Amino acid sequence: MTTRWNRKDLLGLRELSAGEINLVLETADAFKQVGTREIKKVPALRGKTLVNFFVEPSTRTRTSFELAALRLSADIINISAEASSLTKGETLKDTARNLEALHADILVIRHSSAGAPQFLAERVSSSVINAGDGAHEHPTQGLLDVYTIRERRGRIEGLNVAIVGDILFSRVARSNIFALTKLGARVTLVGPSTLVPREFEKFGVTVSHDLESVLPQADVVNLLRIQHERQRNEYFPGLGEYIRLFGLTRERAKLLKPDCLIMHPGPINRGVEIDSELADGAQSVILDQVTNGLAVRMAVLYLCGGIAA
Amino acid sequence: MPSQSRRNPAPRVGSGSLVRCLLMNATIIRNGRIIDPANGRDEVGDLLIVDAAIADLSQLSSVNSPPNEIDARGLIVAPGLIDIHVHLREPGFAWKETIATGALAAAAGGFTTVVCMPNTSPAADSASTVTWIKDRARDTACVHVLPAGAISKNLAGEELAPIASLAHSGVVAITDDGHCIQNHELMRRAVEYARMVGLPVLDHCQDYHLVGNGVVNEGEWSTLLGLPGWPAAGEEAIVMRNILLAELCQHHIHCQHISSAGSVRLIREARARGVKISGEVCPHHLALTDASIETFDPKFKMNPPLRSERDIEALVDGIADGTLSILCSDHAPHAAFEKEVEFDKAPFGIIGLETELGLFIDILVHKRRAISIRRLVEMFTVEPARLLNLDAGTLSLGAKADVTLLDPDMEWTVDTNLFRSLSHNTPFSGWKLRGRAVRTIVAGETVFAL
Repeated sequence: MTTRWNRKDLLGLRELSAGEINLVLETADAFKQVGTREIKKVPALRGKTLVNFFVEPSTRTRTSFELAALRLSADIINISAEASSLTKGETLKDTARNLEALHADILVIRHSSAGAPQFLAERVSSSVINAGDGAHEHPTQGLLDVYTIRERRGRIEGLNVAIVGDILFSRVARSNIFALTKLGARVTLVGPSTLVPREFEKFGVTVSHDLESVLPQADVVNLLRIQHERQRNEYFPGLGEYIRLFGLTRERAKLLKPDCLIMHPGPINRGVEIDSELADGAQSVILDQVTNGLAVRMAVLYLCGGIAA
Repeated sequence: MPSQSRRNPAPRVGSGSLVRCLLMNATIIRNGRIIDPANGRDEVGDLLIVDAAIADLSQLSSVNSPPNEIDARGLIVAPGLIDIHVHLREPGFAWKETIATGALAAAAGGFTTVVCMPNTSPAADSASTVTWIKDRARDTACVHVLPAGAISKNLAGEELAPIASLAHSGVVAITDDGHCIQNHELMRRAVEYARMVGLPVLDHCQDYHLVGNGVVNEGEWSTLLGLPGWPAAGEEAIVMRNILLAELCQHHIHCQHISSAGSVRLIREARARGVKISGEVCPHHLALTDASIETFDPKFKMNPPLRSERDIEALVDGIADGTLSILCSDHAPHAAFEKEVEFDKAPFGIIGLETELGLFIDILVHKRRAISIRRLVEMFTVEPARLLNLDAGTLSLGAKADVTLLDPDMEWTVDTNLFRSLSHNTPFSGWKLRGRAVRTIVAGETVFAL
């Protein structure tokens, strides 16, 4: 392992090298062992304070970060949008500076605005970890996805990965695209033309609107959540038509290779992007993703928190 | 405008020539390159100002006290420059800018006349608010501030503002700038009505449905960064609408801050057919592309958004061939605390009065060699004066002595600490530019000198 980690912040995967991504994955390998022990705690961040600053609601990611920090022995404060002074008109900058004045070492931020973590990182000395910003990036999700693929398939390079669904508004899709292409996977984006614009082909991926032609070659199918709240803008004519064209039904799943992995970042709309039985089936690694998310987030907190020390 | 008669009431004593001679206030600008496109003049010579008006050099002998001498060797002596698109924020937003500070910024940028947009609070949609702005300008501004009135009440795009009353109160144009009337029928009636009262119509071209919540150019960068896209078609659809309405109503419509190659093509084709349509360009749309948004810095957030290199080339071509006849700043001051927020939550706009001339000279005259300095002067004087029927933009004998001295080759660095504007929201801090105004004279008085 020759790559060194020199980053205070983790804002996105676009700026990471393949070496840096692999370093996180290898660090996560070590932390994954911790989760299987009787005592699931290490003192790596003892005495450090982590603030989970979630301006946009989230349960899964916030809980995962919280547990990761607890296992690293950090002290934790959770701040949600409703509880923060943002609702009283305080600016993000002022909120951040106040958190820093409390000597928070690590700020984990989830925000509806793309770029908000970078905005913070440029203004505070604490480490800033992006836990999802608008439609921009969700780097720890991208990392846990490639970690899970690597764990099951032993490699990333040369694999065919299909990402299906609402790509345009998906931060998960962007972080996956950056990580997977850097590590040598062939990525195909699948979904309606309104949610998978051709513009994405400039980033070294293939765009398809025909799921059935993509499934037979796929080594991994990553199904993104269809966000009901986006439908007001008429990006597609309705869930019925979406399922007809892009739902992973049992019938369509027969096209998959037997060892093809089925992934989903959650929360799942059972019966929409994926048939309920498939989500719980042998090819599904959806719960592995959750377990691995913990190890990956421990690795990220350890690497960035260590730099800030 | 600063009214000379109000400030210095005419003396009541005597009417004899001796008294008149003693009161004469003369300035002579020597050895400059006088560029006065209105009169087809471009030559090295002296320019005489007597009692706030351009005078014939022969009058110098009748001035008994020695005139103020200004050495303009190596400089261009131009009619006072005009910027027809600025936001001075008064009334209602005086923490961003005031008419006084905006006028100081204009003077420092070489402008003697600015046209202020009506999106104040209250909006300039009534004769009383327009009168307030004019009074405020007369009392506090060091340059001529000419208000534009609203097209619709409260800029809401639903009912017509009292356009004839606005005309009577002295607006030089109507516009809903910052907003865009979406109802084509209402816009048609506004243009027809404006024709009756002789007011030009300026339009901020933005189709609300196509643009949605877009904050940056829709393209590679919006896709990469996950920021909501603002497609060029959202501008072009309204430019096309305006071309159709200008033809239908037989009245001029001027399209503000054109940003896309498609808009340039539409305006070029329509003008070739004789349609009364025109367009203007802001310096940021020539100086920057949407690649600037990579760091999510709201200093690069403006409306319309920064676009691609291809759009820049089309804008430059449009300026070179006369399709786009007006240069302006869209000076849009915002306080730091308002602008320094999440990108999608930040207000649109940057200040421009103090950097615009340098950017335009640097880009259009020096770097791209798209136009001559003479044409640039014309685009800041004759063109806006013609568009808005202004009594300005010339050095004709007897004209009001608004004069700008330019050094087209001076190299300087943008330093926001030196800005006169109340706000500092510019992406050009630290830029090295070539060309700027070195002296600004309004009605014979120097209001800025470097």
